[in-house]
Amino acid sequence: MAPEPPLLTMSGITKSFPGVRALDGVDLDVQAGEVHCLLGQNGAGKSTLIKVLAGAHQPDDGTITWRGAPVTLKSPIAAVRRGIATMYQELDLVEHLSVAENVYLGHEPTAAGFVVRSRAAKESTTALLRRLGHPEVDPARLVGDLSAAQQQIVSMARALSHDVRLIVMDEPTAALDPDETDNLFRIVADLTADGVAVIYISHRLEEIRRIGDRVTVLKDGRSVASGLPAKTTPTREVVALMTGRNVEYVFPERPAGTDQRLTGTPLLEVQGLAREGEFEPFDLTVHPGEIVGLAGLVGSGRSEILETVYGARKPTAGRVLVDGKPLRPGSVRAAVAAGLGLAPEERKAQALLMLESVTRNVSVSSMSRFSRGGWIDRGAESGAARAAVRELSLRPDNPDVPVRTLSGGNQQKAVLARWLLRGCKVLLLDEPTRGVDVGARAELYAVVRRLADEGLAVLLVSSEVPEVLGLADRVLVLREGRIVHRAPARELDEHRVLDLVMEGSPVTPVPPTSPTSLTSRTEGNPAS
Amino acid sequence: MTQPVSPPRGSADKVPQVSERTGPRVAFARADVRTLSLLGVLAALILIGGITKPDEFLDTRNLQLVLTQASVIGVVTVGMTFVIISGGIDLSVGAIVALASVWATTVATQEYGFAGILFTAVIVGVGCGLVNGVLIAYGGMVPFIATLAMLASARGLALQITDGSTQVVTVGSVLDLGERDAYVLGIPPLVLVFAAVTVVGWLVLNRTTFGRRSVAVGGNAEAARLAGIDVRRQRLYLYLLSGLCCGIAAFLLIVLSGSGQNTNGNLYELDAIAAAIIGGTLLSGGRGTIVGSVLGVLIFTTITNIFALNNLQTDVQQIAKGAIIVAAVLVQRRTASTT
Repeated sequence: MAPEPPLLTMSGITKSFPGVRALDGVDLDVQAGEVHCLLGQNGAGKSTLIKVLAGAHQPDDGTITWRGAPVTLKSPIAAVRRGIATMYQELDLVEHLSVAENVYLGHEPTAAGFVVRSRAAKESTTALLRRLGHPEVDPARLVGDLSAAQQQIVSMARALSHDVRLIVMDEPTAALDPDETDNLFRIVADLTADGVAVIYISHRLEEIRRIGDRVTVLKDGRSVASGLPAKTTPTREVVALMTGRNVEYVFPERPAGTDQRLTGTPLLEVQGLAREGEFEPFDLTVHPGEIVGLAGLVGSGRSEILETVYGARKPTAGRVLVDGKPLRPGSVRAAVAAGLGLAPEERKAQALLMLESVTRNVSVSSMSRFSRGGWIDRGAESGAARAAVRELSLRPDNPDVPVRTLSGGNQQKAVLARWLLRGCKVLLLDEPTRGVDVGARAELYAVVRRLADEGLAVLLVSSEVPEVLGLADRVLVLREGRIVHRAPARELDEHRVLDLVMEGSPVTPVPPTSPTSLTSRTEGNPAS
Repeated sequence: MTQPVSPPRGSADKVPQVSERTGPRVAFARADVRTLSLLGVLAALILIGGITKPDEFLDTRNLQLVLTQASVIGVVTVGMTFVIISGGIDLSVGAIVALASVWATTVATQEYGFAGILFTAVIVGVGCGLVNGVLIAYGGMVPFIATLAMLASARGLALQITDGSTQVVTVGSVLDLGERDAYVLGIPPLVLVFAAVTVVGWLVLNRTTFGRRSVAVGGNAEAARLAGIDVRRQRLYLYLLSGLCCGIAAFLLIVLSGSGQNTNGNLYELDAIAAAIIGGTLLSGGRGTIVGSVLGVLIFTTITNIFALNNLQTDVQQIAKGAIIVAAVLVQRRTASTT
């Protein structure tokens, strides 16, 4: 590495959100002209860290040194002015504006407050696009009409329209095909040759091997290794750093003799279910008392699978059976009537009525039980809600409080209580512990196991490998919309699963890169 | 492997405890404060009316008039409140009132007497609501656009039916309802209808699954859908309800004015929305009360009356209404953010 002082030094960065410590002392140094890779499991703090660097979050503690001088990045604009540009995974482009307008959004060439010289903006946009290897993109076209790869190029052109010295790229290849990925890497090489530094976030180790110079590994909000050589550090060592625990999850014990109980009719059966462009056909059975886990990265199609099973998305092939009876495809109401319940990934956006009390959130799916001719028996309703809340030891145990005042773990319990009250038979859990702090997790795990012991079938999706391995009886490993491995949880370990989700199975040939879902989401932000 | 090794750290769970304890009381207090402040405003207005025009304003006949005027727009506002709580909007209420009032007062309809007029007004209202609801719930149209189109079409149809003339009601039993002889303990029948609609609206919103579903759809439509609620059917029902209220209001207007005109119900949509908003209904949906909306209607009607008694023109009234809307929303935002 260059002998001169680093371009960027972050040291001892901490950041807490209510109930969650997202960053707990992160150190990072980046040299001019290097590609510095950031690795870590979901929830390790990568997203929070780059938001701190982009000026979108203010750190609680720690220092940022930029080009030899300490700085505070009060806002995204302040970060950009200093030459730090961020390309988020979810591109922040305005679809109804043209390419050139997007590139110069926020710093349009102006005179007396009026936007002028649109020709100059167009010309410099053309030059930027040519430099990025995409001269065919017309600066006058609307961004909404461009392909995902072209949009990414526009996002990068915007970054380069500033006098940028550091670009942060958050999973930039998630939506790209191999050719486009090659082009991206060529651009990265050009940039670093000019002395621009790149912080590169990706789950794909092979990419990091190709373009990375050094690697920093984050785990549980701490940097556990900094400045490892990207090309020569063994995979095993990287994976070990990502997974080594200092927070121990506590999982309930699996009941003895589980395997014998799984001989009857499966409660949930999936036959050849598929959604084109999201996930390939797959089969799946879940028996009463069983927890089946789907392990996969963001964008691997796991949430899409769960939502399709639930009827919230319409499958392009295959069917779902509950208790041997096929469900009407694409109908949530049919699924709920048949006994399915979903605890979705985005609790606040997809599950909770945030303005309402816990009682009303719990009873919303069972209102017919407490009503006659549409008239609600509020005594019965609140009694049943109270009982469900007690059974899950939701705190506070007063169900009249607004649901928004609960912690993440208790909000999740409110969602579970909803389905418990409904008498659901199959529980679909999508990232059940997102935004839930460590202590409350163990309790949630115990609740889920107990519900399974009482005869529910549970299908669990999680990007946290230990969670899937610790909680599920059987595990399906998902990579880019395809099930690449199935095994009982006790026959797998974390290294093996991470190998499978990141690099494909060494036994099964790596599937040809299929167009990955464009609906991949960014990591959960506990503050949002 | 991943089996238990050390106990969990439960410390982080303590953070939200403070808000857990203060949360419910704050929420209820906020609702009470809003109702009380609306009552306070109404009391202040009555005081102002009593001071500026003691004889005219507090006269029984005047108070009866104020309540009667409030009845027509009040019934419309109850329906509008449901629609707004569910995250929608109905811009067509005034036009539906106009169409229903003229359709129910054509010579042909009047031949069927009292029942014919009432039945026609209600059916026309519900029919318009059905069109709105189908377009919005199953046609995927934005409520603003669909009901804007209904506003234009219904007004146009009303003009076509009347050809611009006033259709005088000749059915005696209808006209009698507006006479003093029909008053029950000094209360005009129209006001009784308004009171009944208010009570039924309150019960439906707070005590029935229909009300719950309306609030859920407005609070978080995606969550409602994933909880198993038929969001589209609920939306259809809500616009039907709004249409029904317009039909009832049209009948009240026929009784009140003894006629049907295509200019009836002019700007009712804005008055109803304004009353709901100052009553504390969130325009984004998910929260609102019938009591608040009704108080909003009474406040606006009282202001109009006081201004008229003091010989202030409608332009001044309009300016005052605008100022009240802004003040009410600002006050609500303030109480929401400080608590």
